[in-house]
Amino acid sequence: MSTVVLLTLTGLGLAALYFLIASGLSLVFGLAGVLNFAHGLFLSVGAYATWWAAPRWGWLPALAFGVAVAAATGALVELVLIRPLYTRHTEQVLVTVGLSLAGVALLQSVWGADARVFPRPSWTSSVVGVGGAQVPADRFLLIGVAVLVLLGLLAFLRFTRYGLIIRAGVENRAMVSALGIDVRNAFTLVFAIGGALAGLAGILAGMYFSSISPGQGAALLIFAFIVVVIGGLGSVAGAAGAAVAVGLLQQFVNYYGTAGAGDVSVVALLAVVLLLRPTGLAGKVATA
Amino acid sequence: MILQVTDLSVRLGGSHILQGVSFDVAPTGVTALLGRNGVGKTTTLRAVLGEVPASGAVSYDGRPVLGRPTHKLVRDGLAYVPEDRCVFAGLTVAENLRLASRVPDPDFELVHDLFPELRERAGQRAGTLSGGQQQMVAIARVLLNPNRLLLVDEPTKGLAPAVVTAVAGVLERVASRVPILLVEQNLAVVRRLATDAVVLEAGRTAWHGRAADLLSDADATKSLLGVGSTAGRH
Repeated sequence: MSTVVLLTLTGLGLAALYFLIASGLSLVFGLAGVLNFAHGLFLSVGAYATWWAAPRWGWLPALAFGVAVAAATGALVELVLIRPLYTRHTEQVLVTVGLSLAGVALLQSVWGADARVFPRPSWTSSVVGVGGAQVPADRFLLIGVAVLVLLGLLAFLRFTRYGLIIRAGVENRAMVSALGIDVRNAFTLVFAIGGALAGLAGILAGMYFSSISPGQGAALLIFAFIVVVIGGLGSVAGAAGAAVAVGLLQQFVNYYGTAGAGDVSVVALLAVVLLLRPTGLAGKVATA
Repeated sequence: MILQVTDLSVRLGGSHILQGVSFDVAPTGVTALLGRNGVGKTTTLRAVLGEVPASGAVSYDGRPVLGRPTHKLVRDGLAYVPEDRCVFAGLTVAENLRLASRVPDPDFELVHDLFPELRERAGQRAGTLSGGQQQMVAIARVLLNPNRLLLVDEPTKGLAPAVVTAVAGVLERVASRVPILLVEQNLAVVRRLATDAVVLEAGRTAWHGRAADLLSDADATKSLLGVGSTAGRH
């Protein structure tokens, strides 16, 4: 029983990371049609910014700084590199792939290729007894943050004008323009939101794994892409459901099966969803 | 003239869709853009609106518009009701209308006067509406804001006869306030609404003049539209 509890909470913690990365990725692809392979870079930028700032300013200001830097990076990438290429999809993909590789190389050149110990509040290192299992407290932090982000995103999409524009744009962005709305502002906004959430995921990943490294973003991005496809492009709620399924499946199969089988099972789940429901669990609708 | 189209040319995916379309739209009434399927009527509207790359010259209210972003043209009063409605299926009726509202005081009074049903269905997702109801939403979206010219693409396509009559009635009332460039296959609707007509053939302007003259000319309607001049007459 205690093993199941531990695996469940650990799987949900991992799901929280996947959701934070995938929700922004999903909105960016759903609205702007950009397959952003540089999304992992936003994660690394947020994590490294926090790692750099924490010893100087304390943990909470450093967290805010990391999220802000990642959001600014997302907006800047959209404005400078993606915006001129909205009608040139091949070049767009090449730019994001190139940027992800260049970003990792830049982080390595500045701070080295080795993993760095990530600073964290001491209480996150403690354990909490739940159902006979000793669960690291950071799992609850990850889950709590992901739930708050999910609720915040859904409220944003449902109750704000930009949320309305994003939901409509995910369905038909040409029609949004035909209503007199400059949809490019919404593109920049979703890149900034995606960057902020990826940065937050990078910070929480630093706590989850106790360290950060330049390639961490790219490694997590693979599973985030799987979550996006399973959840349905453009759907925040779909991404949340898919993240939970992927995180739990990965943990349980890794524990009860052989090492690495969890990753294979996630790919198998992706294949099954694509066969049975090619548009993903929620289809191409920005669910509010 | 509110709109002047001169030698408009569009190439899409290797096909030369428009090969020199020219016509004017009067500042009042309805100008019908006619022609058989595939002659480039929808492409003409989309080119005017900047949704597809085009060459030639298009002047809206005396200003050249080719190359200007779609959203800026729409903000200048060039409104578009697309073929197949293009309502946002996942949004409610109220959200579709709220999204389209660009001015501080959108004309909900007019919209609810023309389409009282939309008030009752405000909370319903637009994707679950009937074709006629979706057409109401599509037209209502553009009527919320002040417009100087409406581009309306096949508003009666796929609708039941009673709904066609209702939509034509709405467009007749709207046309008394703002000029309309109307793409329409239903000649009864054209006969009821249009003052002027433009006929396209193989991507070029084949005829331009008074709608009544075209529709009373059996040979012209037969050769240009493929129907007899009595088509759509009730």
